This record gives sequence, structure tokens and C-alpha cells, in this order.
Amino acid sequence: MRIVVVGNGMAGSRFVSEVRARSKEARITVFGAEPWQPYNRVLLSNVLAGSSGPDQVRLLDPAWYAEHGVRAVLGCRVEQIDRDTQAVITEDGRREPYDVLVLATGSDPIVPPIPGVERAVPFRTLDDCRRILAAAENGSRAVVVGGGLLGVEAARGLAGRGLPVTLLHLAGHLMERQLDPEAGLVLSETLAGLGIEVRTGVQVSEVLPAGVRLAGGEVVGGDLVVLACGVRPVTALAAQAGLEVRQGVVVDDEMRTDDPSIFAIGECAEHDGTVYGLVAPAWEQAEVAATVITGGKALYRGSRLVTRLKARSVELAAMGETHLTEEQAEVVRFSHRARGTYRKLVIRDGRLVGAILLGESDVVGTLTHLFDRGGPLPGDRADLLFPGLAGRAVADSPVRMPDSAKVCHCNNVTKGQIRACWEAGARDVAGVAAATRATTGCGTCKDAVEGIVGWLCEQEGVSA
Amino acid sequence: MKSPESSIEPVKTHCPYCALQCGMTLTPGAPVVVGPRDDVPANAGGALCQKGWTAAELLTHRDRLTTPLLHGEPASWGEALDYVAGRLRALRAEHGPDSVAVFGGGGLTNEKAYQLGKFARVALGTSQIDYNGRFCMSSAAAASIRAFGMDRGLPFPVTDLAQAEVVLMAGANVAETMPPFVRHLPRLIVIDPRRTATARLAWLHLQPAPGTDLALALGLLHLVIAEGLLDKGYIAERTTGFEAVRTSLASWWPERVERVTGVPVARMRQAVHALAGAAKAVVLTGRGVEQHAKGTDTVTAFINLALALGLPGRPGSGYGCLTGQGNGQGGREHGQKADQLPGYRKIDDPAAREHVAAVWGVRPEDLPGPGRSAYELLQALGTPEGPRALLLFGSNPVVSAPRSLAVAERLRSLDLLVVSDLVMSETAALADVVLPTTQWAEETGTMTNLEGRVLLRRKAAEPPPGVRSDLQIIQGLAVRLGHRFAAEPREVFDELRRASAGGIADYSGITYERIEAETGVFWPCPSPGHPGTPRPFLDSFATPDGRARFVPVEHRAPAEETSEDYPVYLTTGRVLAQYQSGAQTRRIGPLVEAAPESFVELHPSLAAHLEIDAGDRVRVTSRRGSAEGVARITDAIRPDTVFMPFHWEGANRLTNPALDPTSRMPEFKVCAVRLEAVR
Repeated sequence: MRIVVVGNGMAGSRFVSEVRARSKEARITVFGAEPWQPYNRVLLSNVLAGSSGPDQVRLLDPAWYAEHGVRAVLGCRVEQIDRDTQAVITEDGRREPYDVLVLATGSDPIVPPIPGVERAVPFRTLDDCRRILAAAENGSRAVVVGGGLLGVEAARGLAGRGLPVTLLHLAGHLMERQLDPEAGLVLSETLAGLGIEVRTGVQVSEVLPAGVRLAGGEVVGGDLVVLACGVRPVTALAAQAGLEVRQGVVVDDEMRTDDPSIFAIGECAEHDGTVYGLVAPAWEQAEVAATVITGGKALYRGSRLVTRLKARSVELAAMGETHLTEEQAEVVRFSHRARGTYRKLVIRDGRLVGAILLGESDVVGTLTHLFDRGGPLPGDRADLLFPGLAGRAVADSPVRMPDSAKVCHCNNVTKGQIRACWEAGARDVAGVAAATRATTGCGTCKDAVEGIVGWLCEQEGVSA
Repeated sequence: MKSPESSIEPVKTHCPYCALQCGMTLTPGAPVVVGPRDDVPANAGGALCQKGWTAAELLTHRDRLTTPLLHGEPASWGEALDYVAGRLRALRAEHGPDSVAVFGGGGLTNEKAYQLGKFARVALGTSQIDYNGRFCMSSAAAASIRAFGMDRGLPFPVTDLAQAEVVLMAGANVAETMPPFVRHLPRLIVIDPRRTATARLAWLHLQPAPGTDLALALGLLHLVIAEGLLDKGYIAERTTGFEAVRTSLASWWPERVERVTGVPVARMRQAVHALAGAAKAVVLTGRGVEQHAKGTDTVTAFINLALALGLPGRPGSGYGCLTGQGNGQGGREHGQKADQLPGYRKIDDPAAREHVAAVWGVRPEDLPGPGRSAYELLQALGTPEGPRALLLFGSNPVVSAPRSLAVAERLRSLDLLVVSDLVMSETAALADVVLPTTQWAEETGTMTNLEGRVLLRRKAAEPPPGVRSDLQIIQGLAVRLGHRFAAEPREVFDELRRASAGGIADYSGITYERIEAETGVFWPCPSPGHPGTPRPFLDSFATPDGRARFVPVEHRAPAEETSEDYPVYLTTGRVLAQYQSGAQTRRIGPLVEAAPESFVELHPSLAAHLEIDAGDRVRVTSRRGSAEGVARITDAIRPDTVFMPFHWEGANRLTNPALDPTSRMPEFKVCAVRLEAVR
């Protein structure tokens, strides 16, 4: 079987590895428009922030293709699909026949049609990242246009490099797809504390040589302008070939387009009315397609979305249906703006269906698991946000401890036994240890035993 | 002339239970009295846990077996051994040598482990021998060999731990399993799905979902790289293979790992900074991360982490695994493992076969090849292709094997089951022939503890009349099969020394006298003048090029995921007052009082959802069976997980025998179950 993959990004490269893990026989050819090995786009924000080197984002070693018998044609665009003869045609006129074709063409950044926009740098590829970093090196102030996930990460990354940043956003609050207005506000305040000026509800009308002009005429200065205005699925190839395209290339639960020998996965695909822009769904889709194409059975039923901001000192997780109101669901909220904390849970039918967690919190992992996998929620919902608050006992003092309380676990010694031993004449830890073996195991109860013996001695003093 | 009192000297020996092998004294008499011994580094200061303090109670226990049983009836040793030997001869004649299998244990002395391996290969001629250590140390062993070329649990003395600033302990609950070990520990980071007694002592506790430790280790290493914490000089000088690992980690960024494991990114970051910021640090793994169908890869991921930080082979730093059973280390070195010959040699290595065959006085070509691994062996018993007879020493698989109901079924289907034990264990109860054997204080032998230190356990009490040692039993059977085998421990040890000479675990320079004089000797010790090797990796690793090997590994989900019918994870483990299958400790009064029965630990949210109250009897059901226990409700466990101890028959009815492809370790630590209150 000849499999041709168009696109060597997160989805395409994952698909190739998944196929190879299942079949040694399939003949695989992958075309990549970018001239290098596939890399992890998710980590580009870290590269911008300096917490990952460009060498740390590579997903496959250069030798991988040869070792696994995969033909990779890099730096080469596919221009056309000839469905009649089942072949793709590249920009340099090369014909590659396929039995199965997989489209993983991803998305292009949206570049707003405004004057001077060519002066701005979109933030999408490793090359973009390098250009931004080069400009930041000599820059004195940056403007980031777009306050979605990527824009916030880019702004944080640049600010972390010591560059003052203005973050401009069209909507009324940041990350409006994932956050409610209050969370957006708390996020703005957190960013402000990190050297980022956030302006929401503003439209950029022109990119100037040293900044941008807003719709009202105001100029926001900056010698580096970064665009993070969202992405658009790359569907031209599919549309031209007559495949059904709406927002993305329309696929069924097997990730198959309306041509049974053509599949689409990742950000270029539209499944059940949804185009996903995150890596987790793309990888799930790659796995389903690889299973189906190698003769297995698998169905894609959509993905649960967890958005996790990767920005130092800004802990933010948002998942599921964060916009539901009290009328539609059970909502639990805790807000403490002075500390940059905002937590919101959305519960429906006894199940966690959405959450926003802003500010550091140990519950992020537990809540993500509850959201992903379901599971019973505690009757007192506050336990979800502040676990252990209800049941945690105050530190045991010798006075309040019942006689049956175990003090030495290694030797199963209770407070009552220590008391009995004290009553029989033991007045220090060594005496108690000799009689009960308390403290002779791991030794961590020594302080507790000391405390009890001391307290008993004190009591004796009081009563004497 | 000495008075009777003064002639009763305390005997210096070691505890019968875990791999820490705490030093203790036994004062002979009725009863035998246990005392602390403070000259042994493992439990310096004379620390002992309750199991150790009460160990002597089993010596005179009313449940001791004192006469062989033939089909449930008392028999003389002559009758019993004649019967067994006759049946073995007949089965071999009819069905070939592999129709007879041997199953050993990690609690057996080095002498017994060695002799069992020799007995199987020479007297029985069977390839079918393995042991319960397969359920214990095999994943860590495979990963250590892959990385370092050698598997010695701790490649440094346990007292080195106190020099470290931080210890990362993944999947071990030492505060319950080997309490005196805790005294050696500095600042502690614990990885465990439960807030265990050990996790409560920790400076930082990472609480991943069961079966996701591998992802967590990958996330930690990703962060080490991303945050610029690599020890690049060490990686360049002492390791190979790092680039492939670096590439493989690009897919395991912390936020993805958080989603898989449930461990917050901030906590992962805290952990790696503590490890990297320490002048000396140690990474340790235990059964919690190892007893999985991906256990070998999980340990490899933690070793990769240790290597990236430049820890192994540096004084006061390193990687180690925490061996569980008393002789879990020595037991995996001397040939009771299916693929192994004494001295940690590989049975398919021609040079190894030649050397060992010469010591045994047989031709190399007469030695069988590798046999089935423990679970595969148990699963094959009584099947058309499998063995028809089993000789079992120092193990209780009816309680301890995964999917235990099916294992018991296999044992019942045998033509002949012979069990050597002190008491009527659950497995002995199924046997055609039960042979009553001596226990630790009634015989002499060597043990190799979790540090790789060879220790001497001395005889301190006479066995009850009618009881024989395993070495005598093996000798008795060997004689009847036409072979001469030694039964004196020292004589067997001297043969073991010759057999191990030149191997990885070389004991040839170790003698009972040296062990006595030096309070133990670390292997390898290749000659009488050699001082032993406390820290084998200081200068180089045991690989052909002397460098440690990075190996890229990938996370995958547990072999059995939760589903609508089985919505909760089960994980299993130990409690302080019980040991292994409980055959010993469930018979000791104070231990039964401390831990009387099996229980099911569950989170308040789950308990409320299932309408289970503390103290209720709970039935836990997996695809393989059901077991019951008393509900204990605690927020120390994740809401998606329940815990059962495995010391009582039951928990392992539930566990999943999915095997690790390399180590053949079953997936004891995670399977899917449902729960209901029994009313």
C-alpha cells in the first residue's frame, strides 16, 4: 500500500509514526512545505520565552526516516491532487501516486488586510519564531496584536526577555473563547504585573514603521509587531480537488473525506462541525486514521478541550464549557483578584463539564482528570477547589489525642500504651522505647513520644 | 566449667523479612529472644520494626509443619521423598524433562537459590524454572542492565543516602515496608498515587494517576532540559545515546504530562529544581512504578532522569532500586531465574554455559536453555504443552500471583505438586506432597541485601524434630535421581563461589569468615584479597564501553483502562505489619492485632457516590474475579483509585497478568475494577 501524506507538522508526523508502529509494509511518502524535520509547534512559545532551545522542539531525529523506511520530501509544496489517477503533483511538477492520501495541511496564520501589515511578523512557524527573536534582540518595545492563547504566550515570552510589551485585543477581554470576563480581567492584571500592558476592545487599523495605529487614530509605539490573530485551515488543495470543504475539510468518524481514499487530520479537518486548533485532538485523529488505514477499527468521537497556557508565572488552565451560566448549570466560583486567583467550576448532571483555574493551584491535575474521565464529585463542591479543607484534623496535641491513637506505626504503639508505660515508671523516650519499642522503627515518632512523655510529666507536676 | 546461663550467647544474625536485612541478635532459649544489633549499617542504632521484633514467635508456632504430608496424610521422609522421586522419574520418562518445573523464591538464601537452579538443570534437566522475584525485581533489573550493564539494587552503601541533599523516591512506601530505612533519608520527594506514610514524611509529594509514572518521568526530564539543568559535561563523558532521548522528549512537554498524570506542572518544576540544585541527589524506584506491563521502560525513564542530572557513579549520588524480598538481590543472581546461570550469567551465553557446566561436572550441551518466565510458567502448568509437575520452594503463588484464581486452577490440574514450607500456606494446601522445612533462625546461609552486601544469617535455634532444610530436601531428591548434591550451607556456598567466578555477580572472594569479620562484603569480589565493591560505578559502568546508556522510551496507557463497567483503578501494595503473602506474619499475634484483615481504601467522594460507609464490607470485582475487604475511607487516595493490600488471598484475584515485554513482570499495580457494598 502506498500512503502519501501532505503536511509534516504535528498531525502529519504523528500520523507517520503511528502508521509505522502498526505496519512495517506500508510505503510512506510525506511532503513537508517547511524545509526541516517536524517540530513541536506547541513549544514555540517556550522558544520565544527562552525556556526551550530551537534544538529542543524537534519531534524526529533526521535519521528516523531512513531507519523506518519513510520517504520524506521536505521543503516541497504539493500543488494539486489528481483524484482520477490517484496522484499528487508537487510545485516542481513531480507526480506521486497514492493508494491512500492523508491531508495534514494544518492552518495558516490570519493576517488582517490592513496597510503596512507586511511590517508585522506572524507567530506560527519556527522561522517566524527566529525572525521575532532576531527583532527582539535589538528592539526596545513590542506590540502583540491578538490576545488569544498564542498572543498571550508570545507577549509573556517577549516580556520575559526584558522587552516592554503592549498586548492589543479586539474583544472585550483576553482569551474570550476560553475565559469569562472576570477571568479575562484577572489575567490582564496578572500580565500587567509582568510588564505587559493589555488593551482590550481595540482594533488595529495600520501597522506603522514604529508601532501600530488604532481605529480611533491613537498610535501605540513598538519596533516589533507580532501578529497572533488566529489561524485559518489550509483547505485550498482539497477544495480544488472537489472534496467537501466547509470551515475545514469535512471528514467522518474514520477521518475520511468524501473520497474514500483521502483522509484529513489535524487543523485542516472539520469533524462534526468542529475544527480543532489544539494538538491533543490532532494526535487523537492521527491515531484513528493510522488505525483505520492499516486495517484496524477506530472511530473519532470528538475531543474534550483543555487549554493550558504555557507562560512563566501565569498558571492558567481552561477546559470545556466555561461560559455556561447559573441558569444552565451548577457554577462554583472563587475569586481573589489581589492574588491573581480565579477559579470557576461548571457542573452539569453531577459531572464536571468546564473549569477555569487561574493562579497556582494543586487541583489543576485532579480537575483535568475529572473533566477528561468523569468520576464522582464530592457533595461539598468546595472540596474540589480546596481539597482536604473539610476533613483535615488539626495538629494532634497530646492533650486532645485519644488513648487509642496510634503514635508509633512501626511498632503499633498507642498513646494509651505510652501512658501505661509512663504510669509504670518510664520518664523518658528511652524508657518508653525499652518497654513498648516505640521509636525503634523509622524513628519519626520520636518527637511525638517526647511530647506525650513531657505532657504526662507536666500533668504530674500540676497535680502534685 | 561455665554455668548454663553464661553459655547462652546471643547469636548475631539478620531479620527474616525484607531486603534491608536489619541486623539482630537472637538469644537461644524458650522463647528465643530478639535483640537489636547496632553494628549493621542498614539499621544502625539497632532499629527494628514490629515484624523484626516479633520474628521469633514463628519458631515455635503451633502451625509449624513437622512431618511430611503425602496426599494429606503424615508420611515418613523416606516415603515422601521416594514418592516424589518416583513420580518425577516416571513423568520425565513419559513426557520429557520439561514436564517437571521448579518455582523458587526471593526469600531463599543464596545457597538455596543456587542449589535450586543447579537441581533443575542438572538433576531434573528441565528448563522450566523461575521464581517469585520475577514479580518483584525483574523490571528494575532489566532497566539497570540496559543502562549500566549490571543490576545491583543500590550500587552504593545505604548510608550514602544521608549524604545526599535530596532523594526522589518513585513508587516505594519504605515507612511501611522497611521502616528503619527511613532513618537514612534526607529531604524526600515521593511519587505515589497514594499519600502513604512515606509521602507524609516527604518535602514534596507528586500524586500521579496509577499507570502514569512513565509519563511523569518523561515530563520531569523534559523540564530538566527546558530549564537548562542538564549536566552536559557528565553526559558527554560518561554516557551515550542522549540525543535520541532528547528528541523523544519533545512530545512530552509538561502541560501534556500534567493532563496525563494529574501532577501540576508547578510541582514537577519544583521537583526538578530541587534535584538539580542539590550537590548530591539520588533517584530511587520501587515496585509501585516497576510492577507494570511497561515497568522496564518506566525505570529506564527514571534512570534517564538520573543520568541527565549526572547522578549515577558519583559519590553520594546515584540511581538505585529498592529490593523487596529478604534475598531479592542474591535470589536474582544465582540461577533460579529462567534465563540465568550463577554469577548473574546468561544461560544462552556459550562461555557462561561452559564455565558453569565445568563446575557442575556436566557437558555444556547437556544444560537446558532458557525456560518460561514465572507467570507464563504458572499459566502453562497442567496444559498439554506445559509441565505436569511442580516443585515449589519459598513461595505462595495462590496469594501472590496475578489473576490468582486461574493460577490456583493450574496448580490443581498438575499431576504432582510438591511444596516445601514451614506452615500450611494457601499453596501448600493444594499440594500432593508437603515437605516441612526449617526457617531462618534454624539454619545458616548467606543473604545479599538491597545494597548488594553479602550477609551471613547464623543458625540460632534447633529446628523442631522432623523438619529438614531445603538443602537437605534437594539433596534427598537428587540422590534418588542419581546425583550427589551437598546439603551443608558452607559447602554449597563454596561451590557457588566457584560457579559465580568471573561472572557479573562474582562472589569468589567472599567467605563466611570474611562476612563475619567485615559485617558483610559487597559483590563483585573476585578474589580473597579483593576488598569487595561498595560503589561499582565510580570509574566506569559495566557496559562494553564503560558508559551508561540513555534509552528513549515512550509512555503508554495501562494495559487495562477504566470503563463503564469497571470505572475505578485498583492499585495494590503492602502494610507495615504484614509481609508478602502473609504465610509468616498472618500467624504472629501482635502483627495480626496491628493488621487483622484485608481492606479497601477509598476516597470520601467515591465512597459517598457508592454509598459505602467506613467499616462496610466491600466487594471489588475485576474482569478476573472478586475479592472482599473492609472499607477504609481516606482522602489519602485519589478519587479514581482504590487500594488493597496483597498480604491476604483475594487482592490478586483481581490483578492483571499483562506482562512487560522485556522483564515479563505482570501489571500488579493497576487494573480496572468496580465496587459495591456487601450488605
